[in-house]
Amino acid sequence: MKNHKTIVLSNQEISPGYFRMRILAPDYSRLAKPGQFVMFRVQRSLLPLLRRPFGIFRAGFMPADCDTMPPKEFIEIIYKVVGSGTDIMQGLHQGDPVELLGPLGTGFDLNLTTGDSILVGGGIGLVPLYMLAESIPDPSMAEVLIGGRSRDDIITVTEFERLGVKTFVSTEDGSLGDAGLVTRVLESRLEQKPAARVFACGPMPMIKAVEKICRSRQVQLQVSLEELMACGVGACLGCVVKGKGHSTEKPSYLCTCTVGPVFHADDLDWEDTVSADDCECGVKK
Amino acid sequence: MNRRKKEDKPLNLQVEVAGITFKNPIMPASGTFGYGEEYAPYLDLNALGAIVTKGLSLRPRAGNDTPRVCETIGGMLNAIGLQNVGIEQFIYQKLPFLEQFDTPVIVNFFGNTQDEYGEVAARLDELPGVAGLEMNISCPNVKHGGIVFGTDPGAAFAAVEAVRKNTTKPLIVKLTPNVTDIQVTARAVAEAGADAISLINTLTGMAVDVKTRRPRLANTIGGLSGPAVRPIAVRLVHQVVQAVNIPVIGIGGISRAMDALEFLIVGATAVQVGTANFVDPNAMATIIDELETFCRDEGIEDINDVIGTLSV
Repeated sequence: MKNHKTIVLSNQEISPGYFRMRILAPDYSRLAKPGQFVMFRVQRSLLPLLRRPFGIFRAGFMPADCDTMPPKEFIEIIYKVVGSGTDIMQGLHQGDPVELLGPLGTGFDLNLTTGDSILVGGGIGLVPLYMLAESIPDPSMAEVLIGGRSRDDIITVTEFERLGVKTFVSTEDGSLGDAGLVTRVLESRLEQKPAARVFACGPMPMIKAVEKICRSRQVQLQVSLEELMACGVGACLGCVVKGKGHSTEKPSYLCTCTVGPVFHADDLDWEDTVSADDCECGVKK
Repeated sequence: MNRRKKEDKPLNLQVEVAGITFKNPIMPASGTFGYGEEYAPYLDLNALGAIVTKGLSLRPRAGNDTPRVCETIGGMLNAIGLQNVGIEQFIYQKLPFLEQFDTPVIVNFFGNTQDEYGEVAARLDELPGVAGLEMNISCPNVKHGGIVFGTDPGAAFAAVEAVRKNTTKPLIVKLTPNVTDIQVTARAVAEAGADAISLINTLTGMAVDVKTRRPRLANTIGGLSGPAVRPIAVRLVHQVVQAVNIPVIGIGGISRAMDALEFLIVGATAVQVGTANFVDPNAMATIIDELETFCRDEGIEDINDVIGTLSV
């Protein structure tokens, strides 16, 4: 965990309203674990004031500008423009100064990626699932269910296909892939692969539906959650979610930024889960 | 005088508040720095003037529902609800970590009743690892219809008096800005035995999501902090400095040395940095560096020579 003053390497619109930003990020290819995130800041700006959390899409190397230099390490984040912070971000160009705090948080439990895995991503929630798919030992045993409202919300399918995982696309309006909710697809895939482990990230209504489906079938589930957060390091206690067994008398609040963003579904209180759904930051959704 | 000559002179950043010596006037504001350990990977805790803990209560406290934070122009609203591990767990699980550093530990605390304030103070008084107490009086008095202690000078006086009886440690009382006349509150807590005053706690505020027409915070109302509040905070510190003869610690929207200096010039002896820690975990170290640079550039040899030098 470190704060890097660094630069943007590229920033491209990959689908209407969705951008993919590549950022110079020393050490991240070694340190970043699937499901972790960064706190991103447009350097020196107090507007927006707070950093924004973004799930790491991938970490990698690219050739340096000249042969004598070592390759550059980078990360990629993907964001949807929904608020003032992401609006400023879409205007950033190569070489613009930014700051990255990270890699932060607890990622996916990779001990559970052997056997059949089903990854469920709703909209921008697909982002943290890419590094997870990369780390699955046998990609042919993994399926990725990609859902969105409309075809514009379906991103990075090709990248997943290149990993050798099977992809299933669905849109609510039927403009791409199957028409309907991604949770429908999940139900039908679980008929085929009842012993699969499920990994999900997306809007809260989707997460809740996935949890119900998995609970009724006794399928192991890990979810990546999004909450508004100020610090990202467990200090402000702004991003808490309720843990299993939470009650007024015996409260259990877990920080999404440190204990999460990835949780075993069994560790959370699903009776009373509240969440900010219209968040611009891409840790999930 | 040339620049080199100035650099050769020793620069003193050390200040003293309520008998505690701080190696510099920069410390975190309670609630923005956890229990210190959260920021240790990013910042040398030995570099700070002091460490101020998250607010502690007699028993662990759950806090509010989420969303608990939201950003506003130049600031943020929070309604965490004083979630904390409770005084006993702090003593056994958090304090030992802080004791390894050569930096005074100031424990921020609060109570739901006057008696509870006294009880926490008595417990903290026994601990050699605690250099001083910071008493948060911006919370509701559950025995008196939930009126905030700090908005009622009588209740504030009584609570501070109860704490004063139970501790000989340096006692800093942190004031709420949500009052009509801050000087009245400041005088009340000084008379009740406070050794120093810190201010401001957050200003109450509210933000609404215009699409859902719901408040942005689950608690509806929250506390505003960040650069947006700084001019209000500077004014209030200025007024409190006029009203009392005990040292004042300035808080409110400090993110750079220039901001800290405003508070020192109006008469604060030290300052606390809050929301800026969220923006940059290394913010306080940067502010200390900038403060040194400012002093050298301006030919200031002792930061104490800046304190209370407002010329009007």
